[in-house]
Amino acid sequence: MAPDVIERVLSGAVERGGDMAEIFVEDQASRTAVRDDGRIESLSSGARRGAGIRVVVGETTGFAHTADLSEHGLLEAARAAAAVARQGGGGTRPAALEDLRSHQSMVSRFPEDVATAEKLDLLAQADDAARSQGGSISQVQASYAEGRRRILVASTEGTFASDDQVRTRFNVTCIATGDSGLQMGYESLARTEGFEMFDAVDIAGLAEVAATRAIAKLAARPAPSGQVPVVLAGGSGGVLFHEACGHGLEADHIVKDSSVYCGKLGELVASPLVTLVDDGTVGGEWGTSSIDDEGRPAQRNVLIENGVLTDFMWDWMRARKEGRPSSGNGRRETYQHLPMVRMTNTFLLAGDEDPEEIVAQTPDGVYVAKLGGGQVNTATGDFVFGTNEAYLIEGGRITEPLRDANLIGNGPEILRRIDALGNDFSMMPGTCGKDGQSVPVGCGQPTLRITGVTFGGTAA
Amino acid sequence: MSDLNDIVEALVGRASGGEAIEAYAARGTDTEIRIYNGEIETLGTATSAGIGIRVLLESTEGSRVGFAWTGSLDDAAIDRALDDARENATFASPDPAVVFASPDGVSPASVTLADPAFGTMSIDDKVSLVTELEAMTRAADSRLRQVDAADYGDGIVEVALASTTGISAEMSRTSAYVSVAAIAGDASETQTGSGFSVGRGPSSLDIADASRQAVERSVRMLGAVKAPSARTTVVFDARVASTVLGVLGGALSGEAVAKGRSFFEGRQGEPVAVSGVTLIDDPTDARAYGAAAVDGEGLACRRNVLIDDGVLAGFVYDATSAKRAGTVSTGSAVRGGYAGTPSAGCRALVLSPGDLDLDGVLAAVGNGVYVQSITGVHSGVSPVSGDFSVGAEGLMIRDGALAEPFREVTVASTLQRMLLAIIEIGADLTWLPGSAAGQTLAIGDFQLSGS
Repeated sequence: MAPDVIERVLSGAVERGGDMAEIFVEDQASRTAVRDDGRIESLSSGARRGAGIRVVVGETTGFAHTADLSEHGLLEAARAAAAVARQGGGGTRPAALEDLRSHQSMVSRFPEDVATAEKLDLLAQADDAARSQGGSISQVQASYAEGRRRILVASTEGTFASDDQVRTRFNVTCIATGDSGLQMGYESLARTEGFEMFDAVDIAGLAEVAATRAIAKLAARPAPSGQVPVVLAGGSGGVLFHEACGHGLEADHIVKDSSVYCGKLGELVASPLVTLVDDGTVGGEWGTSSIDDEGRPAQRNVLIENGVLTDFMWDWMRARKEGRPSSGNGRRETYQHLPMVRMTNTFLLAGDEDPEEIVAQTPDGVYVAKLGGGQVNTATGDFVFGTNEAYLIEGGRITEPLRDANLIGNGPEILRRIDALGNDFSMMPGTCGKDGQSVPVGCGQPTLRITGVTFGGTAA
Repeated sequence: MSDLNDIVEALVGRASGGEAIEAYAARGTDTEIRIYNGEIETLGTATSAGIGIRVLLESTEGSRVGFAWTGSLDDAAIDRALDDARENATFASPDPAVVFASPDGVSPASVTLADPAFGTMSIDDKVSLVTELEAMTRAADSRLRQVDAADYGDGIVEVALASTTGISAEMSRTSAYVSVAAIAGDASETQTGSGFSVGRGPSSLDIADASRQAVERSVRMLGAVKAPSARTTVVFDARVASTVLGVLGGALSGEAVAKGRSFFEGRQGEPVAVSGVTLIDDPTDARAYGAAAVDGEGLACRRNVLIDDGVLAGFVYDATSAKRAGTVSTGSAVRGGYAGTPSAGCRALVLSPGDLDLDGVLAAVGNGVYVQSITGVHSGVSPVSGDFSVGAEGLMIRDGALAEPFREVTVASTLQRMLLAIIEIGADLTWLPGSAAGQTLAIGDFQLSGS
């Protein structure tokens, strides 16, 4: 898109007033393939292209979007977004656009250049590997997805940046059938990479993990009920921090006094073992990008350092109110959405204990090998997260498997109860939903122990 | 005939020999307004459109299907989507169950889903409506310290659907909502509650009721503490019951059953719930939020009895899952807009209502917990295994009445056991957003995990 067209559209957006206007152009294409019930069941392709335009007047944002990328179509959307600027006023003089900061994808194999047969072969490998785990595996679904999202952001403040984001994902879901009924096991791999992602991964191994997870739960006993010490395996439970404090550290909640972390800057809000970082620059992770959806370069932000709350996460709108720069956390699902404060890759830094020792020094409790999703009420800090694979710890040893359950806790309380941190570390991908928008995020942590969490099983 | 209908009919006309085509085109216009502290925080309005195309290639071993969508109605974008769908189909495995729906002689019910007055309210009036909602909520109770969001939204959607198997359908739907989220408490305590109102158009929204819900739900939680662990009876309020019923609907999908992903597999004709419990999916009830005349494949929606007096009576099917199960479609194809393919699902689940209102249900239960909100449904409830474990908050029930508030506990059971432990279904049926009605629902034998 030509800079002169963009400048005319931005000028049109603020001709009746406004502090800032921005255009976000997106060209997105995706492709998925699903193997289910032993058959290649469906292949689908999708494409979406359009622009979202916002005009900010004081604390008010006007927004419109269009799939018509002609100058006429964009000007029409600009006028619709500017409808909030009805007070008139002098009008903003748009700053000249900076030289385009263009970010090329670092992908070495663009998925669109890879033959479909090669992708379907991965699905077949996963299906075979999962079914080979035993006769109790009664159903296998494997899915492959690729997406390429090219974005361009320009604003009256001079921002002019583009990015080319390629993401690839592979999921396996297995059902195991036994006397106790059906159980499900799931494993996924998702990175901001191209098809080269599969060079470093054993797809059969991934499918075996999903299958054994389902099989193990056939013999599982009901999960306990009540407060128990919990050891979270490294990488299994990054979602804990995403829910327990990540959302509460998003500046939009802070500005509206709807976060339990409001007014706690500089205070001890977690065990001194806890250093929490949100970092959109970590190579290849699911929440990584060169720029956020407001054109701001992704960056590393330390949120909690040795237990002390050091900063929140910011988008342009919230940062402006505080007279500070954005932290690169302004994200949106598509051009049809307004940006808001979102996490990228959020993780707890590793400690120095041997993960096996942490289990050995836990006389009784629960070992969570894999967490599922979670949900938080940012205002109260109460959050839940579900287990996908968990075991009892008895006498410092991992013993029997447990059925899936939710755990519930209060963010600030749980953060203070972390009393052991392993020297291992890994990340996992997730999809984060907020206000109806979904974005890819990464979560990570070392093996750790929480002295007490309420486990929501059915065992008395 | 609309332009959307012209587009889908033209696409169907492009099918070559041995090929079937189905096209689904949609156009929607949405308005969203958020008010904060008496000012407009965001105001957006926009129109978007797109098309989803399925191509089916016939062969002796079965058919192969491919899909493509595009967020545009330009000729070039549509041509590309058709090419992609055709190419995608060539890679699919032949499957005798893969079929498009064919007209089955059932006439669509006459349900009006579009408010004829939709579009007559100005943007300024919509802003005033939600500004008033925010103001009345802020002023309602001195124990409220914040209203962090007050929203208005509305939308109009038009859809046209056609296939080479003889399907031709058009539909339009309008909707509107307001919602408000309140925070009660002081520096030492925080409790939250939300309220909403939905309708086919802005004139049917009840802002006073939305405000009352948010205020009541947040303020009555003040002083809540973790409840002690116990084996207990749970009374779900109507909103929570609607969510729970919606998840149960996932296990009643004929597709999940046919693929061995539902604990209901093989249970048809057997008792699965307390006698007297009847569960129906009836999108032809115009009051239902999910009401529809035709399904996502263009067949007439119909009333399907799923549990009849405690006995598992049937499942919901789209064309493909029905073929796989050796039966016929129940007109239950659902699809998430033009970018999604159809699958079997429920739209308007409702349990046969009982005789008691909320107070009557509480009196009948005597002691237990009244749950006003649950969390972690997607992580803790499985329509595959039936395992059920959710975060909960609400009020204790003592001597047949609501008592002190509790928070930060879980309640757990299994969906199988819950159906067999239903104690009362309220008479207070309300239609809420989602795929199920809201009704007060009392169920015994839950494990509550707390302090």
